[in-house]
Amino acid sequence: MRIKGGTRRLIYHIVVIVFGFLMIYPVLWMISGSFKDNSEILRGSLSLIPKSVKVSNYSTGWKGFAGTSFGRFFLNSFVITAVATFGTVISSSLVAYAFSRVKFKGKKFWFTCMLATMMLPSQVIMIPSFLIWYKLGLSDSYVPLIFPYFCGQAFFIYQMMQFMKGIPRELDEAATIDGCSKYTIYTNIILPLLKPSIVTTVIIQFYWKWDDYMGPLLYLSKPESYTASLAIKMFADSASKTDYGAMFAMSTLSLIPVFLIFLIFNRYLVEGIGTSGLKG
Amino acid sequence: MTQKAERTSGFYSFINNTNTVGYVFAFPFIFGFICFSFIPIVTSFYYSFTDYSMGSKTLTYVGFKNFIDLFSDEVFIKSLGITLKYVLLSVPLKLAFALLVAFVLTRKSSMVTLYRSLYYVPSLVGGSVAVALVWKQLFARKGLFNVVLSDMGLKTINWFGDQKLALYPLILMTVWQFGSSMIIFAAGLKEIPSTYYEAARIDGANGRQTFFKITLPCLSPIILYNLVMQTIQAFMSFTQAFVITQGGPNNGTLLYALNVYNQAFKYNHMGYACAMSWFMLVVMSIITLVIFKSSKFWVFSEGGDE
Repeated sequence: MRIKGGTRRLIYHIVVIVFGFLMIYPVLWMISGSFKDNSEILRGSLSLIPKSVKVSNYSTGWKGFAGTSFGRFFLNSFVITAVATFGTVISSSLVAYAFSRVKFKGKKFWFTCMLATMMLPSQVIMIPSFLIWYKLGLSDSYVPLIFPYFCGQAFFIYQMMQFMKGIPRELDEAATIDGCSKYTIYTNIILPLLKPSIVTTVIIQFYWKWDDYMGPLLYLSKPESYTASLAIKMFADSASKTDYGAMFAMSTLSLIPVFLIFLIFNRYLVEGIGTSGLKG
Repeated sequence: MTQKAERTSGFYSFINNTNTVGYVFAFPFIFGFICFSFIPIVTSFYYSFTDYSMGSKTLTYVGFKNFIDLFSDEVFIKSLGITLKYVLLSVPLKLAFALLVAFVLTRKSSMVTLYRSLYYVPSLVGGSVAVALVWKQLFARKGLFNVVLSDMGLKTINWFGDQKLALYPLILMTVWQFGSSMIIFAAGLKEIPSTYYEAARIDGANGRQTFFKITLPCLSPIILYNLVMQTIQAFMSFTQAFVITQGGPNNGTLLYALNVYNQAFKYNHMGYACAMSWFMLVVMSIITLVIFKSSKFWVFSEGGDE
């Protein structure tokens, strides 16, 4: 019996690992491709170990195109992502506080509006939004990619509200007796306790924004303002004969920040998605 | 005394009035909602009845012409059909897969967290251009999938050369990114009281019965949530089709969002594109409504819940 249970467990682990390996195979293949020669990639080799390691893919790719290096593209991506993520955290926590802790006239109406925006397909507002920014003369700038994130993101407001439900109201009451106003309760009580939820927001928003392709595609037209995701696509299209090795090298680099954040904050991410999706 | 005077002063009571506090804190959302959702929606609605194009000085009201034109536009009809096929295949497969993996990974083992992370990786990177380019290469003429096929002695397939086949690599890519749904399911599975399972075991239920009589009903609210969210997301899919196939061959992978993008930014038919977006909004609202309405037949809610 004991052996049987052990064998079964072993089979379970082997199946899960083999299947998991298959799942991440495309990613591993890309990483190994970044060290392969162009001809080896085009032959469609299954192997994850390059025949001859070609590190020069990275230096070739880094040169970028149109006189702009990938250093610039990554910097652009980083600036946009960091500022937008910062904006999301600040604004979403403010709005979540209003919806979950303050009784005010019209709250129900605005809350319904927020739920509606969660389900609103972004394509419906894509064209008029673009036209509005275009008329304001800001369509070829970072403003449309950043500013809306300072107005709260429905998904994260909702997620933070779920989290705030778990913060005892007795804390608010005690603070009120001690002379706190609704404003200082937010800064002194709610915000510090909201940390786990904030971390989840930072991670998810960071990698959504980092991977975002459509926004930069619509709003950025000058190569020197391209983000990494846009640049990689342009890099793939630009040359008559695509240098796949270099393309995969830059693709690999572009995924490093996402992986780093994932590895460091893994626990928060899994919990965050779980709770925000669950209740409600 | 002075403190009391301050407390009763107009400004102090105004600023601490709950209505003021509420609107101060909710201001970012209200401002954003009006500027980035409401005004664009209204504008889009207005433009959908015009022949608006960027750069042109004149704007003619054309009534329902854009909407009527949609139904004689062969590309539009084809794109609509392809999108429906894409959604109908990818969403159920993705959810089934997510549920299966979540179920398999509920065992109490220290490795499970690691496994979940491993299975989440595709969702983490799948939306990026980088991975879309990898996918394109995997299904290329001499790509990895064809190498496997020819190694097995089968005929290779020209995935992106055949308009009937080109959609399947995209569907597979969407299903592959099942991670978020899986994590939501996993969190839901954890919430099911173990007493239910114990009671079932005492009553002599087998694994399959337990799954269909306990696990699925208890998870049904979460299935509903995932179904709605994933359906909306699938209708909006853009990056993969744009990067991998550009909608080709012969519009065989022209997903709806890509078609809207092309009409607006490639052909500068802004009015027409707005009409298309509105049509999509209506279709999606109907589908979401149908899912919600149907939910009372299959979503199980415990007594005492609202």
